[in-house]
Amino acid sequence: MDSNGVVSWPRMPENMDAFALSPEQSQEVHVLAVDDSLVDRKVIERLLKVLACKVTAVDSGLRALQLLGLLDEQKMASETFVGLKVDLIITDYCMPGMTGYELLKKIKESSTFKETPVVIMSSENVLPRIDRCLEEGAEDFIVKPVKLSDVKRLKDYMTTKEVRGESQDREGNNYKRKLLDTSDVSPSSPPSISSSTLPSSPSVIDSPIRRLKMTSTD
Amino acid sequence: MDGIVELQRQLIDYTASLFHEGFLDEQFNQLQQLEDENNPGFVVEVVTLFFEDADRLLNELTKALGQPSVDFKSLDAHVHQLKGSSSSIGAHRIHRVCISFRNSCEEQNVEGCLKNLQQVKHEYSLVKDRLETLFRMEQQILNAGGSVRR
Repeated sequence: MDSNGVVSWPRMPENMDAFALSPEQSQEVHVLAVDDSLVDRKVIERLLKVLACKVTAVDSGLRALQLLGLLDEQKMASETFVGLKVDLIITDYCMPGMTGYELLKKIKESSTFKETPVVIMSSENVLPRIDRCLEEGAEDFIVKPVKLSDVKRLKDYMTTKEVRGESQDREGNNYKRKLLDTSDVSPSSPPSISSSTLPSSPSVIDSPIRRLKMTSTD
Repeated sequence: MDGIVELQRQLIDYTASLFHEGFLDEQFNQLQQLEDENNPGFVVEVVTLFFEDADRLLNELTKALGQPSVDFKSLDAHVHQLKGSSSSIGAHRIHRVCISFRNSCEEQNVEGCLKNLQQVKHEYSLVKDRLETLFRMEQQILNAGGSVRR
């Protein structure tokens, strides 16, 4: 769709610094962002940069896998990717070709990146979809449009490997199930939703959250 | 100095009116907050990308609805994209029309889709005009040596 900051096969990205594990760079958090929408890529890139992250933004799951060295053809030459440093992968769910869910599965199936936190973004807050992603090992699920408060919340995951603690509880209790409503939610929402006053007070909830907007969805 | 202050006041009023009339929503505020002296053109850049994207998608939608047999799945995919990008920049009214548009696609209602397409085109031209005016006003202030960010 576009060639903005996107790797073209089979060339590797011009700026491989983000992937190097040199001393100066190992402290900087590197995020791989995947979204087929150019507008959304620009926004997520800026959001992450505001939080001092290094960002590589690609336009498809295929390109993401290519960068991570997870395409079948590349797996044999995996020594090329020793030292590849990605601290967080954030991906859109609805993409042509490979969905974010399919990408998530491939990442979690890999030996090299299965511990890397993956966050899914979607404009649609479909509960079964969210559950499916979380069950597959997604760290969090963000409903678009993505805001600074969403990305700030992800800072918990944005630590370099050495600093990051144990992997999350797969039972799913550390949760992700807490929902933050906006003020115009109808009272007939499901019991698992707890309402809050304003979305602009992120300090109210400090564990990973999936924010469901009850308005402006189709 | 007074000139700049007056321009800034006009900009504030104009921006407020765009929110009041529903052209823009909170997400646009978000984008403005992401701008700083190191990245002064961020909002203009993203909005410009949106305009290009929207132009392309509206073309696709027009073509798709002009076919003898309408491919609703493809139509819906394009509306979905437009819905997403308009939401990401805070183009509230376009976003809302896209929601109706997707419903028409789901119902495979050609008449409904045609109506929605007209609405989207209309809303797009309105918000484009408004935003271009906004950016012009900002540029005027910047040219006069004033600042536009909170």
